This record gives sequence, C-alpha cells and structure tokens, in this order.
Amino acid sequence: MTTQNTTSDLPEKAPSAWQRFKDTHVWHSFVKDRVAQLSFTIFMGYVLMALFAPAIAPFDPYDPTQIDIMNSELPPSWNEEEGDPQFWLGTDAQGRDLWSTILHGTRISLTIGICAVLLQATIGIIIGLIAGYRGGRVDSILMRFADVQLSFSTMMVAIVVLAVFQASFGTELYQELAMLMLVLVIGIAEWPQYARTIRASVLAEKKKEYVDAARVMGLGQMRIMFRHILPNTLSPILVISTVQVANAIISEASLSFLGLGMPVSQPSLGSLISSGFEYIFSGAWWITVIPGVVLVVLVLVMNLLGDWLRDVLNPKLYKG
Amino acid sequence: MIAFFIKRLAQAVLVMFVISLISFSIQDNLGDPLREMVGQSVSEAERQALRDELGLNDPFLVQYGRFVKNALQGDLGTSYFFKEPALDVILGKLPATLELVFGASLIIIGLSVPLGVYSAINPQSLFSKAVMGISIVGISVPVFLTAIGLIYFFSIELGLMPSYGRGDTVEILGLETSLLTADGWSHLVLPAVSLASIMLPLFIRLIRAEMMEVLQSEYVKFAWAKGLMTRRIYFLHALKNTMLPVITVGGVQIGTMVAYTILTETVFQWPGMGFLFLEAVNRVDTPLIVAYLIVVGAIFVITNTIVDLIYGLVNPTVKLAGKK
Repeated sequence: MTTQNTTSDLPEKAPSAWQRFKDTHVWHSFVKDRVAQLSFTIFMGYVLMALFAPAIAPFDPYDPTQIDIMNSELPPSWNEEEGDPQFWLGTDAQGRDLWSTILHGTRISLTIGICAVLLQATIGIIIGLIAGYRGGRVDSILMRFADVQLSFSTMMVAIVVLAVFQASFGTELYQELAMLMLVLVIGIAEWPQYARTIRASVLAEKKKEYVDAARVMGLGQMRIMFRHILPNTLSPILVISTVQVANAIISEASLSFLGLGMPVSQPSLGSLISSGFEYIFSGAWWITVIPGVVLVVLVLVMNLLGDWLRDVLNPKLYKG
Repeated sequence: MIAFFIKRLAQAVLVMFVISLISFSIQDNLGDPLREMVGQSVSEAERQALRDELGLNDPFLVQYGRFVKNALQGDLGTSYFFKEPALDVILGKLPATLELVFGASLIIIGLSVPLGVYSAINPQSLFSKAVMGISIVGISVPVFLTAIGLIYFFSIELGLMPSYGRGDTVEILGLETSLLTADGWSHLVLPAVSLASIMLPLFIRLIRAEMMEVLQSEYVKFAWAKGLMTRRIYFLHALKNTMLPVITVGGVQIGTMVAYTILTETVFQWPGMGFLFLEAVNRVDTPLIVAYLIVVGAIFVITNTIVDLIYGLVNPTVKLAGKK
C-alpha cells in the first residue's frame, strides 16, 4: 500500500477510484480486522463456487444418465471402508455425488437469496424514498402498511402463500415454478425492512442544504429523490443488504426443508438437508450434516460481514 | 388514551377483515367442494342443481357475507379429512403448540435478560465476547438444523431424550397438557430449545444494545453522580428503560415464533397446529387451511394489539394520538 501512496503523490494525476478507495475508513478497518478478511475470503470462495459450479462439479446432478442408484448412500471416501474415491463427500439417497450436488445447491441458494434481496431493495427503496420525501398522508399510509406487513412474520407469510400455491397448482407445476415463487415471496414479504431504513435516512437527508439547493435550482422531485438523496443513503442499504441476503438464504432453506421450496430433483441446500433428514436415523449422517455445515458457514460469514460493515459505516438503522 | 385505544382496535378489525377476505378467496378458488361430496356417477345437471342449492353460484359478495356470518358463529366448515368441524380440529391442537411456545419463551426470557445485561455492563470481558460470538453463530443456524442436531446428539447418539411426539398428557379442566408429567417435560425440552435457539440470540443482542445506549444517557450519569447503589442504577433505572423497546420487538417476535413452530413441529413430529397445517396442505384440506389462517391471523392481531396497548400504557412519551 505504501508504494501505491507514493504514486498518488503526483499532484497533476487525479487518483483512480481504487486509490481513493484505499484511503477510506472502510479499507483501513478491513486491513486491521482479521475476522472481516477471513469472512470476505470465504464468501468470495462461495461466490466462485456458485459461479463456476457446472465447471467444478465432477458430475452433473441434473443429468439422470450420470446417476446410478447402486451408488446411493455411499459415505464420504476419507475414512470409511465402503467409501468410493470417486465421490469424496459420498453420495445422497439417489446416488448423486454429494460434492456436485452441494456445488449446484449453493448456486441455487445464493441465486435465490440475491434475487430476492434485489426485489426487496427495489420495492423498499422506492417506497421508502417516496414516504420519506413526500411525508404527510402518503407517508403515514405507506408506513402503516409496512407496520401491518411486518407484524406478520416473513416465514408465516411465505409458508402460507407457498402452501396455498402448491395446493392449487398441484405439485408438478409448482416444482417447475418453485424458484420464481421463492424469489417473489421472500422478495415481497421483506420490503418494509428497506422502506423503513430508507425513510429514516431520507428524513435526515431532506433537511440538509444540498437538497434545498437542488430544489431552488428547480430540479424535479424524481431527480432529487433518486440522484441526490439516494446516493447518500447507500451505507444503510449496504449494511442491511448483507444481513438480508443471509436471512433470505435461511428462509429459502427453511421453506425447502418443509417441502415448499426447491424440489429434490433440483435441490438447494435446504432441500438437500431435508432429503437427508429421512436417512439420519439409519446412520447416513453426511447427506444432512455436510450441506448443513456449508449452509451455516455461508450464512455465518455473511452475518459477520454485515456486523463489520455496520460497525464501520455506522449508519442510523431503523430500530424496531 | 381512549383515542389511541380506538385507533388500534380499528386497525385490528381492518386487518382481520383483510385476513378473512384472503381466506375466503382461498376457499373459493382452492379445490371443488362438490368433488368431495359426490362421486363420479352424478350427472352434470344434478351437479348444477347441487351447486345452486349450496349457493356456489351466488355472487362473490353474497358468498363472502355468508362466510363471515358463519365464521363469526365459529363455523369454518368441516375438514375433508377428519370429518369434524375445522375449528374444533385446530383448537384441539392449539394447547400443544402453546406449550411449545411457552417452553421456548421461558428459555428466552430466563437467559436473554441476564446475558444481555451482563454483556452490556462488561462489554470487554471474555464472557461477554463469548456470548456475542455464540449469538452470531446462533443467528446463522436455521431452526430446523438446530433441531436435527439436537435429535442427532441427544436422541440418537446419547439416547437421553425422546426424538419425537409429545409424551404422556394429563387432562386438566378439559385441556390436555403434558406440562404436568415428567415424560411430557422430557419430550418438551428438545423442541423448546430448538424453537428458542432462533430468538435467543436476537434478544441477547437487542437487550445488550439498548442497555448500552441507556447506560450512556444523562439520567444514568446523574444517578451515578448522586451516588446511588450500583445495583439500583443497573436494575432499577437502566433495565426498566431497556425493556421498553424489547416489549415491542417481543410482540412482533411472538408471531414469528408461531411461524417457526411449523418448522420445529415438523422435525419433532410434535402434534400441534403447525404440523397439522402442513398435513392439511398436502391433503388439500381447504377448510382446515382456512381455519388455520384465521386462527393464526387472530393470534397475530391480538398479540400485536395488546403489545401496542401495553407499550402505550408503560411508555408515557408515546404520542397518544397514535401517530409515531
């Protein structure tokens, strides 16, 4: 880093974005914080695993021709005599290679988590901005709505909605739509989290002089809201987003565990754990335990990153 | 105060109205009641006649009005599977779920207050850091994994605890309860611990954060300056104000807990409402699904209203007009 600093000493050259980032508080505390570094590394590992799952996985768990039922419930290859070196984490009840299935499962879990949070953020940011900026009656109606929605827990809403859809669509059709439904339900159920946080910071930003200046210049409401105020509320958005992705992944796993999420033929981490649970009493612990550990570590590093970001950025978060 | 009371009550009624509307449209669209009643041999003309007789061809509002009228009299239809009134089936399972929630609440209240307060007073001690570290791990473990883990260690490996069911029950005042038998308690421990595991870390962190904020406030500094006893400051002055936001969050979390009972009950095959609901979904037992929605919706609305009212009573700074 010291070498980077000497090059940016040249006065005529404007520092690049990367160099400016290196001078920030965020970067300095990241360099000092071992836990944050470790969590970030593990998280990036997960992201790479998810991105390149089809390339890394030795088998394709969605291809029935590569699955042999004779290979079912093989233990991991490292210590047991029955293990097959071909499947280093063992196989599940259908004879799929557990490592390949976990790679694809992580991919599905992360995709659903991130898409659901993008949806939450979009709805929440728009509503929060409007409620905070407009104030008055619009604000009180929108926030009352958010209160009511929040008073029903996400899990409850998601379970009921998905259960009703499953009952009315029939299981076959439902399984094809499962991913979309999970994103929609988790995405829509959690918007008040964003809306309240954004509203709180908009209320603080609205009083500042740059907003007055923009208004005096005659800029439109939309432009002030999205181009001027929104960029100044980014740090709370960043903080809740990390935790929200972790929560969305847990919700997805729980729903899949109940049989309301991803089908066994296209398993996420949750449905993999669920399918393994039937075999845990017969001693096949690895089908449940290994995806379970993968899931917990993923959620844990995201929560740790979220905690660290909150301490560093220290935004005014909405308190319940 | 009365205005606040009325406003909250109006909101509760409004929410119940929306829930009933949603439940009714589910009942209206999900499954065909005729198929449950008649066989294959009945002709189309007879089916139409039966439809008219049952009022299934009436306009939406007329049907909805009838639904509400029946619901207010406690009639939510007959379960297709159990052949009994749906409300009775649900309410019969309610005590089991309440026992689970009760057990989990005991654990949460008993542990979160002392741990949260201790780690707020001594934020630098090793024990507080361990508590905070464990609590973030606790937040990251989904409730069904905790449940599976507990079953694996305590039931399969060690053989100490039963892994499923509710155990012996005794009947008291017409209600079955397992809280009075040793066997019932041993069945309750694992499910209650797993249900508590999801909430406990949240409450520890919340109490710690609130308490730390309160300890920085002017009136606590003044209490120190007055030379009050340490214990008096912590537990009388600081803790009282810490508990205010905890009550609000607690109210919302009761609802969440009901949702998580579905997961816990599924893993432990606990014969409660949540387990029943999932079974009803798999059997497309519409009246039972609707009855569950209404009962759980009512629980949510009632707890939220009561919590808000209590909050209004204990916190004199709340604006009584009801606007936050």
